[in-house]
Amino acid sequence: MKKFDKERVLLAVAGPVIALVSAILLTSVVLVASGKNPFEPYVLMLQQASFSDVQVLIINQASMYYLAALAVAIGFRMNLFNIGVDGQYRLAAMMTAVVGAHVALPSFLQIPFLMLVAMLTGAFWAGIAGVLKTTRGVSEVVSTIMLNAIATSLIGYLTLSNVWGVQVGNNMTTGIMKKSGWFPGINLGADVGEIYGLVFFAILAGILYWLVLNRTRFGFDLRATGASETAAAASGVDAKKMVRTAMLISGAVAGLSGLPLLLGDAHTYSLSFPTGLGFTGITIALLGRNNPVGIAFAALLIAFLDKASPALDYATPVAYEKEIATIMQGLIVFAVVISYEAVRQWGLRRQQKRVGAELAAEANNNSHKKEVAA
Amino acid sequence: MKILYGMQKPDEGTITVEGEQVAFGSPADAIARGIGMVHQHFMLADNLTVLENVVLGSEKLYGIGGGARKKIKEISDRYGLGVRPDVLVESLGVADRQRVEILKVLFRGARTLILDEPTAVLVPQEVDALFENLRELKSEGLSVIFISHKLGEVLSVADDITVIRRGTTVGTAVPSQTTPRQLAELMVGSELPTPETAESTVTDEAVIEVNGLTVHAVGGPSLGELAEPSAGGLLTEATAETAGEVKRVLDDVTFTIHAGEVMGIAGVEGNGQTELIDALIGLKHADSGSISFLGEDITAWPTRKRREQGVGYIPEDRHRHGLLLEAPLWENRVLGHVTERPNAKGFWLDLKAAQEDTRRIVEEYDVRTPGIDVTAASLSGGNQQKLIVGREMSHKPKFLIAAHPTRGVDVGAQAQIWDQIREARREGLAVLLISADLDELIGLSDTLRVIYNGKLVADADPAAITPEELGSAMTGAASGHLEHVEESTEDATDAAPEDEA
Repeated sequence: MKKFDKERVLLAVAGPVIALVSAILLTSVVLVASGKNPFEPYVLMLQQASFSDVQVLIINQASMYYLAALAVAIGFRMNLFNIGVDGQYRLAAMMTAVVGAHVALPSFLQIPFLMLVAMLTGAFWAGIAGVLKTTRGVSEVVSTIMLNAIATSLIGYLTLSNVWGVQVGNNMTTGIMKKSGWFPGINLGADVGEIYGLVFFAILAGILYWLVLNRTRFGFDLRATGASETAAAASGVDAKKMVRTAMLISGAVAGLSGLPLLLGDAHTYSLSFPTGLGFTGITIALLGRNNPVGIAFAALLIAFLDKASPALDYATPVAYEKEIATIMQGLIVFAVVISYEAVRQWGLRRQQKRVGAELAAEANNNSHKKEVAA
Repeated sequence: MKILYGMQKPDEGTITVEGEQVAFGSPADAIARGIGMVHQHFMLADNLTVLENVVLGSEKLYGIGGGARKKIKEISDRYGLGVRPDVLVESLGVADRQRVEILKVLFRGARTLILDEPTAVLVPQEVDALFENLRELKSEGLSVIFISHKLGEVLSVADDITVIRRGTTVGTAVPSQTTPRQLAELMVGSELPTPETAESTVTDEAVIEVNGLTVHAVGGPSLGELAEPSAGGLLTEATAETAGEVKRVLDDVTFTIHAGEVMGIAGVEGNGQTELIDALIGLKHADSGSISFLGEDITAWPTRKRREQGVGYIPEDRHRHGLLLEAPLWENRVLGHVTERPNAKGFWLDLKAAQEDTRRIVEEYDVRTPGIDVTAASLSGGNQQKLIVGREMSHKPKFLIAAHPTRGVDVGAQAQIWDQIREARREGLAVLLISADLDELIGLSDTLRVIYNGKLVADADPAAITPEELGSAMTGAASGHLEHVEESTEDATDAAPEDEA
């Protein structure tokens, strides 16, 4: 950590840069193929990003993406693919909204209490997949996808008006949460908007993530299990327990990822609550290489694409489809996976060669010593 | 062997096939040249039929239907392999599978067969049948390269023997003019290592006591309750027979290792060594029997607790069990000892101390590396091993499981690792040494045991044993002969210290 190895920084940056550049180029190819200007949409989107209200939207959105991506990254660090972040997040947001609408504690208790509800719900939903994996050998990829679908139906049922739902116009909501559970934000004026207070909580979560993974025994065991399950087992890690624990933590963080919006703005869970956050989180975790700082940049980038693209539809004189941003996100996923693997292998080989070269000189000096010994 | 089959490229030297110099980039090139390999671990898909397995990957040769079936029958009849093309591979026994492997190779038009330890998994009658097949192949003009540890088998089946030791050809022999003893000497090397170990440091403080340890093969129904592990060999054999499919990978293993004692275990690979190691380190739990460590029963202890209490572990496969290949060296130094000083202070890792200590290990154990931030994968095998040895020794283990501690390690590093084990032993370390290198076993051990088929079938004094005797015990040949080994060594035990002193 102390001495910054230039090589390592280069390798760490090379992957994302190559991925982004190729994703942009490929998007331009798509634009050209559909007979559009291949560069103007980028300019338009960048212009959008210079408006403060869009910036607020981006930051707010990024905070939710960030938490969802952390949840995914915790799984990734130990070779678990938690595709169920989306289901965990939605279920947790709904449960929190319901509890928040019925329980009224003073604010300093209500907010931690709601966060706990969100974490427990997310952890519970992810824990099902963890238990299935360790007891029955069910792949967490399959079970979490299925749990996503089950979560959708469960939420649909629980928000019926004869269960916990409250109908507002055409929208099914869970009723307005008690005021003490609203998390205050930073108000930047009526035409700019409000930054969710929980944005700072997301930053805190990132620091905690880094601290636990890199500075604690538990984090080491988790990373070791991800790097080599056999070596971790031989080093004394109980693999099954580790799978369950990682799933629970991942689920708990996933559960939190809806709160910036829920406690900061929406104050109710409704049909219009965003879905797909968990899947975007996978993209972001990949792009950010499971690194808390990398994920932050990735979350901002994807949030930027999300929030700057709608303006494309209304651009003058030529309008562009805002789906260009979606195409770009998809291409980023492809490019990221390919370029990271290529850079990783290239880096390993390069290091092997370098170490070999550095030792060759030494070996030459020692070679006749060795011969005498043999 | 891997080079010959095109799986690895040679750094130097040439291969000549039928007078023509060749270079193989992949197994496909080797197959095209008529070289086929039967691997020690079969490469068959259980859920496909014999026909499908044989055709897989070479569909173009005879199609996948009738043509292929006819060809398989033809080969099978010609060499007396007795292969039925339409049965599922999962229903075949080991010997039949091996014949399918041979047929697969012949189907691809091989003129030279490489058999890697083909008899390791066979019972004696099956071995005879295999040799019958091989003679058949030979008489049809094919060449066979037969790789084996088992001296007797090599002598009975080969026309020409080449002995390889540590990567170089050390000699050739003609079976008709060679005794197993001469061959063993070639294999081990004329100069047996200096028995520095002779000054015995064995104390009478038992460090590890293993009693009636039995482990069943994974997947097989556990009949542990039925069989009485403490009963004599006769009963165990009887129950094993009635049990049918259940394989005891470790069968009633009992031994004690004292402080300052190195116990060597000799045996052909796959006779239960891996399971013994796993049971001792806690990766596998005993189906019956007990393990105690410094008088405490640790049979139910998890791996971490065992390691914390002073069980050191040099794994047989360092890539799978000993290292995180893509992690830097200092993280590898933490691996396995994450809860101990200097790596951790309570709940937190102590990065500084861990890195500092890694530098010390690199220095003291002569790990050749440009720094402690490079990944473990970028070190050579010998240096990786030195790091592991250094790591394990740094925690002052009381009991060390050393599985092939010098496998794939160059001569210099090998001597160094031996010295470290000897030194620790002088300070009262108990060592279980498992090795395929007879040199190493005889040179380092205070006592020797031979494992065969999951049982400890013989014990010996390394000062008196000959590799030949050890070899015959390793193949499980004639149990009567083993008693002779035991008797002769027991006599020798008294005499040995005087001899050496």
